[in-house]
Amino acid sequence: MKQVFSRPESLKDIQTHFCPGCHHGSVHRLAAEAMDEFGVRGETIGVASVGCSVFLYGYFDVDVIEAPHGRAPAVATGAKRARPDRIVFSYQGDGDLAAIGTAEIIHAANRGEDITVIFVNNTTYGMTGGQMAPTTMVGQKTSTSPYGRDHSKDGYPIRMAELLAQLEGVGFSARVAVNSPKNVMQAKKLMKTAFRYQVEKKGFAFIEVLAACPTNWGMNPLAANQRVGDEMVPYFPLGVYRNTANL
Amino acid sequence: MEAGLSTKLFVKGNEAVAMASVEAGCRYYFGYPITPQSDIPEYLSRELPRLGGEFIQAESEIGAINMLLGASATGVRCMTSSSGPGISLKQEGISYMAGSELPGVIVDIMRQGPGLGGIDASQADYWQATRGGGHGGYRIIVLAPASVQEMYDLTMLAFDLSDIYRIPAMVLADSVIGQMKESLVANPRPVATLPAKDWAVRGRGEGQLQQVVKSLKLGDGEMEAHHWKMHARYQELADAECRWEELQTDDATLIVTAFGSVARIARTAVAMARAEGMQVGLLRPITLFPFPSKAYADLSTRCKRFLDIELSTGQMVDDVRLSVARDTEVDFYGRPPGAGSLPTPEELFEQIAKNYRR
Repeated sequence: MKQVFSRPESLKDIQTHFCPGCHHGSVHRLAAEAMDEFGVRGETIGVASVGCSVFLYGYFDVDVIEAPHGRAPAVATGAKRARPDRIVFSYQGDGDLAAIGTAEIIHAANRGEDITVIFVNNTTYGMTGGQMAPTTMVGQKTSTSPYGRDHSKDGYPIRMAELLAQLEGVGFSARVAVNSPKNVMQAKKLMKTAFRYQVEKKGFAFIEVLAACPTNWGMNPLAANQRVGDEMVPYFPLGVYRNTANL
Repeated sequence: MEAGLSTKLFVKGNEAVAMASVEAGCRYYFGYPITPQSDIPEYLSRELPRLGGEFIQAESEIGAINMLLGASATGVRCMTSSSGPGISLKQEGISYMAGSELPGVIVDIMRQGPGLGGIDASQADYWQATRGGGHGGYRIIVLAPASVQEMYDLTMLAFDLSDIYRIPAMVLADSVIGQMKESLVANPRPVATLPAKDWAVRGRGEGQLQQVVKSLKLGDGEMEAHHWKMHARYQELADAECRWEELQTDDATLIVTAFGSVARIARTAVAMARAEGMQVGLLRPITLFPFPSKAYADLSTRCKRFLDIELSTGQMVDDVRLSVARDTEVDFYGRPPGAGSLPTPEELFEQIAKNYRR
């Protein structure tokens, strides 16, 4: 019988710690598929961030450096400048990238570092137990916004893909989701583009993935998946915001 | 320029650090402007691109130290430099580097504090440097040059020690040593046997094992084992790498002790005391971590009076008191840092004379 589906080589044959219905597994798979397709597993350096994504060294079968909270783009910069022939990617959540690591992501992007940044936006701090993130929706209740995010005090959710697309140093910036087969297919395509930018040395590439966090949203996996399309996509529109090399 | 031992240059301390880093094979520098160390990034921003290296002026000291972490993790020699306020920001990254056993050189040209303080010389960051500085319980190698020549020599040594022991190394000087010009013999990099960096992350390649550089240690007993391993390594460092200078300590009945810029002033004051017939010596620690405790312990079996002098209200004096024999008297004279607080040789001579005759 012909095998039509299998684990990507760039992923280890191991169970993850992710909760049922969490989208990290899908995002890991898409990134691994892109590495497989370019045949770069052996020359890739991943940079893990702080949050649920910290364990990526346990799941990706590539060399990994663990970065302090928010600093992955700076760590990736150091690694890439020292080893410009390697594929370097960071994988960061929304608290990590859009709050404590804002300076690092903006300046790595603005310098046009030849790296790929995978940004998982699930509108909450997952690892620490569901606190308010910079991407938390207005009105969303979290463990530190028990009355719902109040924009007059907490501001509005940050749209990182659009923000970074304003910078001249950025080659590619896009937002995708993995909440439906159609969106997964588009996410796979754009994830590959985000790595192609680096393989072809076309500049800084950023891909934001809207993701579900059923546990911290207090939802079952199906309802959480539904929320991504119903509540997040209207505020965080999917699309390509910058693509200077037309890849 | 003619190469050779007779070639003398006339350079600033900060330039000597930058020159030494290049001679030591460092091709990656990440920094952020701050007085009184900016000559280092200025020099390297000019030289490193010519040598095929990389210079990045980072968005912050936090950015710079994390670039150092990333570059070091791939196995290259790399350096950052700063002063008090910037060194405080770097502590997060230094802790992660210590936890990940990453080498790397951090130059700290101390200025007065706390807070913004000012740009005059200070030794008040002794504790911050020698006690680790960041969270979690760790130590880093700390070298304290007292001349432009030592800025050069100890910077090269910092790279070697850091690579050998897989501990970040700090060159700790102040604006006096960093900003003054002296003659320098730019010696070639000394030959050292360095371990292979088989732990480095370079892209695993086919058939090789995955390499991970990390400080997260969640396994049962994993972190405890790490702490004991590093504890043993610090002891090994103390046994093998302590460096200090002694001047006229053989017959001394009072030993003055000071490091860095203050040791230079103390040296003149000791000479003045000798000219007056006083049996005074000088003990200058060159490594602050590991602290040369044995030198103090040995000398204090015979000489029972020490005078510690610092540009602070007393920090190294803690280590001196922990090191000397129990029946030794350790006195302290300090000038907290700030404009106008650098002591003169006459002032220190007065303190020596007062303690000597007491």
